[in-house]
Amino acid sequence: MIAVISTAVFVGIVGLVITSSPSWPLVQQDFFDAETFWRFLPVIARAFVLNIVLFLVVEVLVLTLGLVVAVVRNLPGPVFFPLRLLAVLFADVFRGVPSLLIIYVLGFGIPGLQLPGVPSEPFFWAAVSLTLVYTAYVSEVYRAGIESIHPSQAAAARSLGLSQVQALRFVVIPQAVRRVIPPLLNDFIGLQKDTVLVSYIGVVEAFRTANIEQQAHFNYTPYLALSVIFLVITLPLTRLTDYLVARDRRRLLAGAR
Amino acid sequence: MTSEVVRIEGLHKRFGTLEVLRGIDLALSEHEVVCLIGASGSGKSTLLRCINLLEPIDAGRILIDGHDISQPSVNENKVRQGIGIVFQAFNLFPHMSVLDNVTLGPRRVLRVPRAEAEREATALLDRFGLADKRNGYPDRLSGGQQQRVAIVRALAMKPNLMLLDEITSALDPELVAEVLNVVRELAAGGMTMIIATHEMGFARDIARRVCFLDGGRILEEGPPDQIFSNPTEPRTRQFLDRVIAAGRM
Repeated sequence: MIAVISTAVFVGIVGLVITSSPSWPLVQQDFFDAETFWRFLPVIARAFVLNIVLFLVVEVLVLTLGLVVAVVRNLPGPVFFPLRLLAVLFADVFRGVPSLLIIYVLGFGIPGLQLPGVPSEPFFWAAVSLTLVYTAYVSEVYRAGIESIHPSQAAAARSLGLSQVQALRFVVIPQAVRRVIPPLLNDFIGLQKDTVLVSYIGVVEAFRTANIEQQAHFNYTPYLALSVIFLVITLPLTRLTDYLVARDRRRLLAGAR
Repeated sequence: MTSEVVRIEGLHKRFGTLEVLRGIDLALSEHEVVCLIGASGSGKSTLLRCINLLEPIDAGRILIDGHDISQPSVNENKVRQGIGIVFQAFNLFPHMSVLDNVTLGPRRVLRVPRAEAEREATALLDRFGLADKRNGYPDRLSGGQQQRVAIVRALAMKPNLMLLDEITSALDPELVAEVLNVVRELAAGGMTMIIATHEMGFARDIARRVCFLDGGRILEEGPPDQIFSNPTEPRTRQFLDRVIAAGRM
């Protein structure tokens, strides 16, 4: 109850300060125009379908490839050193360079080579770029998960006669994946938002559509519409992630091993 | 003359600069039960882990059924199939039901069909009073139940040698007996076993031979009556005096 009153008062004061500023009417017209909002919401929502498709395709690829990279990075023995090195380099480069630069380099650079048989559609290279960047992130999440499983679990599996690969497949990875679901969801919220970056190489998705409308009508409200669409998609995922994190912490505190 | 299941000769094991095992010689014939006693850090666990190839050894030989398993060319997965090990901390797979814990080895390693593996596992669980737990998960079981499942999991591979590594040390005192009774039953059934334990009373009545480990060597070995009542080495006497003082014997 106190929390509700305190929140209402706080929001009231902030609202009053903003709306009493001298240029508020202008800002309201440019950013919060109701008529513009409702006019462009359907247009932008339709363009947003492309963001969703891009996100879904990339997510499936990232979940698989990320695990492959993580497993390669954990391969034991000197024989696999080159593969391990490659996995480390991959993760370092694609985590270290801004996503936008990767999208630019691949989206403009590779089609620019005009190699026969190589696709040149921006959407294709957009998907490739985001896949590479997020595979690098997600492989680190998986790796942390794999390393968090106590070695005694692998030892117990090996003691039954399971090979290294079988121990990983049946004992270590299933436990590791369960443990990293919340951080994985976090990365996917990031991925959903980063789908707007591909507009820079000419993919006409929701952000680009909002951008076109803004320039045509000298009004920023289309961006507000897009923000609302994003929140509708990301908020449930954010809440779910928070719920899972809280549940895991409760379990840990309850004294589970 | 019964055949020899294990023969260990001059086994050395080092962790970095720390020499944990310094020349272990030990042989077990079929159906024999040997208990390893000694202070923590004397090398009991390491010895068992070496026999199961969970630790590479630095010198010496280990022969299982006459085959030298310390050769680099040996197929370690094959060797481990025939040797069951039970750990102090149970190490059950928490994401699998009791039944899946027990059938994992037979199904994935021995390639036993699922239905058959589950039938055999259920029979084993039943034998050790765990049939009603088969669909439960490890975190729902008491420590004693978990450890019995771990024993069943090892038995499901039909090993001809069992290594028990302080399997009651992590248990509440009232749960120790149910686990030790399982081990007694195994011994009565003729299982060859090497048992590292701090339960001296148990060692006394189950072992044919007791080995006292001290500083990575078997300092003294013999029948339990001799070791416990009339040890020749002063270090053994000292250790047993401390155990008695702690009320553990």
